[in-house]
Amino acid sequence: MQSEFLLQIKDLKASIDNKEILRGLTLEVKPGEIHAIMGPNGSGKSTLANVLTGREIATVTAGTVTFEGKNLLEMSPEDRAREGIFLSFQYPIEIPGVSMVNFMKTAINEQRKHRGLEPLSASEFLRQMREKKELVEIDSALTNRSVNEGFSGGEKKKNEIFQMAMLEPRLALLDETDSGLDIDALRIVANGVNKIRRPDTSVIVITHYQRLLDYIVPDYVHVLYDGRIVRSGGPELALKLEERGYDWIRKEADVSEETWTTDRK
Amino acid sequence: MDYRPEVIERLTELWEGRDKGILKGSPELYNRYRAEAFTEFLRLGIPDRKNEAYKYTNLEKSFGYRYEKYFSPRPDDFREAERFHCEVEDLDVWNMVLLNGFFPRGDEGLAMLPGGIWVGSMRAAAKQFPSLVEKHYNRYAQNEKDGLVPLNTALATDGLFLYAPKNTVYTKPIQIVNLLHTTQDIFSQDRNLVVVEEGAQMSLLVCDHAISPQHYLTNTVTEVYVGRNARFEIIRVQNQHNDSGKITHTFIHQERDSYASSNNITLHGGLVRNATWHRLNGENAETHSYGLFLADKHQHIANFVKVDHAAPNCNSTQLFKGVLDENATGAFNGRIMVHKDAQKTNAYQSNNNIILSDTARMDTKPQLEIYADDVKCSHGATVGQLDENALFYLRSRGIDAREAKLMLMFGFAHDVIKNISIEALRERIDHLVLQRLRGELSRCASCAIQCN
Repeated sequence: MQSEFLLQIKDLKASIDNKEILRGLTLEVKPGEIHAIMGPNGSGKSTLANVLTGREIATVTAGTVTFEGKNLLEMSPEDRAREGIFLSFQYPIEIPGVSMVNFMKTAINEQRKHRGLEPLSASEFLRQMREKKELVEIDSALTNRSVNEGFSGGEKKKNEIFQMAMLEPRLALLDETDSGLDIDALRIVANGVNKIRRPDTSVIVITHYQRLLDYIVPDYVHVLYDGRIVRSGGPELALKLEERGYDWIRKEADVSEETWTTDRK
Repeated sequence: MDYRPEVIERLTELWEGRDKGILKGSPELYNRYRAEAFTEFLRLGIPDRKNEAYKYTNLEKSFGYRYEKYFSPRPDDFREAERFHCEVEDLDVWNMVLLNGFFPRGDEGLAMLPGGIWVGSMRAAAKQFPSLVEKHYNRYAQNEKDGLVPLNTALATDGLFLYAPKNTVYTKPIQIVNLLHTTQDIFSQDRNLVVVEEGAQMSLLVCDHAISPQHYLTNTVTEVYVGRNARFEIIRVQNQHNDSGKITHTFIHQERDSYASSNNITLHGGLVRNATWHRLNGENAETHSYGLFLADKHQHIANFVKVDHAAPNCNSTQLFKGVLDENATGAFNGRIMVHKDAQKTNAYQSNNNIILSDTARMDTKPQLEIYADDVKCSHGATVGQLDENALFYLRSRGIDAREAKLMLMFGFAHDVIKNISIEALRERIDHLVLQRLRGELSRCASCAIQCN
C-alpha cells in the first residue's frame, strides 16, 4: 500500500569519523507539508541534509529512510535527485568552466530521462530558463556565467532557488538558505520558494533563526538537539526559540534525555 | 644501454650523403647554416635527462625507433594526400593542407591572400623574398642548449613560410592542416618562418592530424618575428596517436608595442614536447603562452616555456593545464626571465594538473629568474584530483557520476581554451576536447576541420 508519507525517517543514527552525530532521529513528512528544523550549532542539522542527499561524509549506522516508499539510503546521490529530492546548499560550490546553461540542461535532461521523458527542446529549455529567472528575480547575466563563479553570497543563494525552480523537486531541503542574506535578499529568496512550490511540494527548512519562517511559514517546527528531535510544535515554537534561545531546550533535554518523544499534531 | 650513438650514426650517414640529398635543390640561404649546425648537433647530442630542460622527458621511445625514411614523403604519399577532401564547416578560415610538414604540390610559388599576406613553402620564399628571409631565418632559434634545434637547421629541407608585410591585416585565421600520413615510418624535420611586420595582424591555426598508423617523429622548428605594434596568434591542435612523436620548438621574437599569443592544445600523442620561447625585445609588448593536454595510456606530454623579458614595461602570462589518466606522464618546465633593464615587468605563470589514476605522474617545475628590482612576478603550480565537493554538487542535481566528472574536466580544460580569440574556433576546440574526454576522438576523428 502506498504510504501517506513522502519521507519517513525512522530512528536514524549516523556518524562522522566514528563520532555519533545523529542519535535516533525520527521524522515524517507528508506531501505539501513544510517542516522547519531548528537547533543550536553541532546538533546535527547539516548531517541530516548530508545523509538525505547521499553525501558520503556521514555513515548511517542504524535506522531507515524511505522516500515514496523506496529505500532512500540505497540510492546514489544522482538517483535521489532524479526521484525528486533537492538540496539548497548552505555553501554552494563554484565550478569554473562549467556554464550554468550546460549545467541546468544536463541536470534537467538526466532527470527527464529517469522519468522516461524526451530531452527538452532547446527553445522549451530557454523558455523555462527565462520564466524561472523572472520568478526568483535572478540577474540574467548570472545564468550566462560559470556555475556560481564570482557570485556574491546572496547571488549564490538565489541561484540555488533558481535551480530548485528549474528542477521542480518533490522535496526541497533548504540548508540555512537564510545565512548570509540581507533582509531584501531574504525576502526575494523566500518568496521565490513560495512561488515555485506546488501544492504537493514538501519543504524541510533547516535554520538557526526564526526570521526565514516569517516568509516560509512552516506547518511544523522541530528542535534538533544532540542528534535527535527533542521537541516538535507549530510555528509558535520557533517564536519561543527566538525569544528564549536554546538554553531551556538544553536543560530539559539533558535532564531527561530518554523521555522525549516527538508528538505530531 | 644508451640508444643514442646508433641514432647519431644513422643521422651522420644522412648528413654525409648531403650532396645528393639535403643540399640538392635546397636554397643556399638555408644550406649556408647546415654544416655549423650539424657540428653543433654532434656536440650537444640528443637531449637526455641530464639536460635541465628535458629532466622529466625521456626521448628514447621516439628517437630510439628505427625509421625508414628521413626526408620528405614519397610521391605516392603526396598523391594520396591530394585526394584528401577537407570541408570547413562553419569555421571561416583560409586553409592549406600539408603532408608531414611538406607542401604536396612542392615548389609552386607563394600565394597572396586578400589583404596582402603571403603564404607558401620555405623554398619558394627563398626565391621570392631572399633579403627578407635572410634577415630573419635562423635569427631567433636558440641553438645553444638543445641539440634538436641545430639538427633541424642542418637537415630540414622545407616548411611553411608566412609573411604579413607592414600594416597588412588578415582577419580570418590561416589554417594549416598538417596531415601525418605515410606508408613508411618516418622521422622528418620541418622548418617554418613567420614574419609579421610593423602594424600587421595574423592568426595561425596549425592542426597536426595523424591519419595513418605508422611510426612518426617530427622535429619542428618555427621562428616568428612580430614587429612593432603587430599582432600574432598561433594555435596548435595536436591529434596524433600512441606511436607518434612530436617535438616542436617555437621561437617568438617581439618588438615594442606588439602582441603575441601561443596556444598548444594536445589532444592525443605518444610523445609530445612543445617548447615555446617568447622574447620581449621592445618596450610595452605583451605575450601569452597557453597549453592544454589530455593524456592517457603510456603517453608523455611535456611543455617547456621560456618568457624572456628583455625590455621594460612588458606583460606576460603563462597558463598550462594537463589531465592525466592511466599510466600517462607529463612535464611542465616554465621559466620567466627578467633582465636587468626590464623594469615594470608584469609576469605571471600558472600550471595546474589533474591526475585521475594512481599510476599517472606529473612533474612540474616553475622557475623565476629576476635581475630587475621593480617587477611584479608570480608563479604557482598544482597537481591534484577532481574537486569532490564540486562532484557532489553536480550529482546532487541528478547528473550521474561519470558525466559529472566529465563536466569538471571539461571546465578545467575550458579555462585554457577560452583564451583563443576566435569564437568559432573556441567552440570547435571545446567540442574536440569534450569528444576526447568522452573517449570518442579516435585517430581518424576529425581535426578542427571535417575531413573525411
